[in-house]
Amino acid sequence: MTIRSVLQAITHPRSATEDLAPSPPATPDFAEPLHGSLQLRHVDAGSCNGCELEVASAFGPVYDVERFGTRLVASPRHADALLVTGPVTKNMVGPLEKTFLAMPEPRIVIALGDCARDCGIFRGGYGVEGAVGDILPVDVQIPGCPPHPAAIIEALRGLTGQ
Amino acid sequence: MNSVESVCVAGLVAIVQIGAVLVGGPLLLGVMRKVRSRLEGRRGAPIHQPLLDLRKLITKQRLRPFEASWVFGFGPVILVATVAAVAAISPLATTRPPLGQSSDFFAIIFVLLLGSVFLALGALDTGTPFGGMGSSRAMTVGALAEPALLVAILAMSIPAHTSNLPALVRIGLAHPVVIASPARLLALGSFLVVILAESGRLPVDNPSTHLELTMIHEAMVLEYAGPDLGLTMLGESMRLVLLLGLLVNLLVPWGVADRPGALAFVIGLVALVGKVLLAGVAIAVFEVFSAKLRLFRLPELLAGGFILAVLGAVTAVVSR
Repeated sequence: MTIRSVLQAITHPRSATEDLAPSPPATPDFAEPLHGSLQLRHVDAGSCNGCELEVASAFGPVYDVERFGTRLVASPRHADALLVTGPVTKNMVGPLEKTFLAMPEPRIVIALGDCARDCGIFRGGYGVEGAVGDILPVDVQIPGCPPHPAAIIEALRGLTGQ
Repeated sequence: MNSVESVCVAGLVAIVQIGAVLVGGPLLLGVMRKVRSRLEGRRGAPIHQPLLDLRKLITKQRLRPFEASWVFGFGPVILVATVAAVAAISPLATTRPPLGQSSDFFAIIFVLLLGSVFLALGALDTGTPFGGMGSSRAMTVGALAEPALLVAILAMSIPAHTSNLPALVRIGLAHPVVIASPARLLALGSFLVVILAESGRLPVDNPSTHLELTMIHEAMVLEYAGPDLGLTMLGESMRLVLLLGLLVNLLVPWGVADRPGALAFVIGLVALVGKVLLAGVAIAVFEVFSAKLRLFRLPELLAGGFILAVLGAVTAVVSR
């Protein structure tokens, strides 16, 4: 790769990223203190990993939700929002609550996918404690089984306002 | 010029240099992230995103582990304070910074190291396994990088007969042949390796990793939240800009203000921004094409940096 082609890739990127609606959906009041910056801590509370694939895809080159000021972080201490996928299994109730309490206020909880919202097809399972809303106060819900990356991005853009 | 006036000018120069590093740090981080995402085929966050992150972090709750002592809270403050102090006395936009006679290269490096040491102590203070692991790794890298840096400074100081930083930049400006000397070039090569290691960039550490077990620097700041985290981020990015500013002024000093006067200072500031920006973009491009080194192969890279510095020092002594 020559220097010229590197410079060209920076100035005129042949990006795989798709265009989206120019303006984000309206920002709810609880997202005002974010000021256009959203750090997410993702917790898999018992998901089938379908939602994880879509989250990974939302952060990949095609959807690139990072361009709207969102990042996944490695510690709940760095996070503004808790991104929960899957129904909350009995073994994950404790870790989920601990993660929530380890986050600095103001903290937001996002229930991603039908399982996180109302247990989905796992409702009534012997290992399932309940939906995310039964354990933590949920602020944002993203429906779908699994939700489309565009739906995830729309919800996150509503929080960052970018 | 009477003494009151010169004190005012000196204060103004110091404040502008600190301000440039303060704002330039997060912005350079944004530019480097932008370049990386462009080369990876993404669009990337806006360049001012790190500033937005900082603005949000200062309003968040200051959450500290209840076992942590005062050392934990001191770490980020010391980091920012030491970088700001060094920014005030370093030859960034001008070769005659206020208190320039006190800006000895050796002293500057040890003052900057104080910030890293306090971050490592703060991480140990929390008592979490990842914090201790990050501290031990960061100190290992530091122990390998510091000797290389000291010998590199020695190699630059021998031909100049001084380790005073503004004087080193002035000599480069007056006699460009000094910059092209093997001693200076080898020493600056070693300095670059140390900058990459100390600021936690690839190939030493991956600044965007989420895997705790591969972390070096990130593992140390896992427990910081809110304003503490903001200060840590700010301090780290300021230190990168400061070190890059020193590197480019030692390598290509042209543009830096060598005589008093507002116009020369402004030109020096613009030149500094341009040079640091170029260096940052170059590092970001390099990072896209390189992978993180395995931890046990890091000594090879850092020993390479040390060898460069030793060769520089030897040539400096021989060609004296």
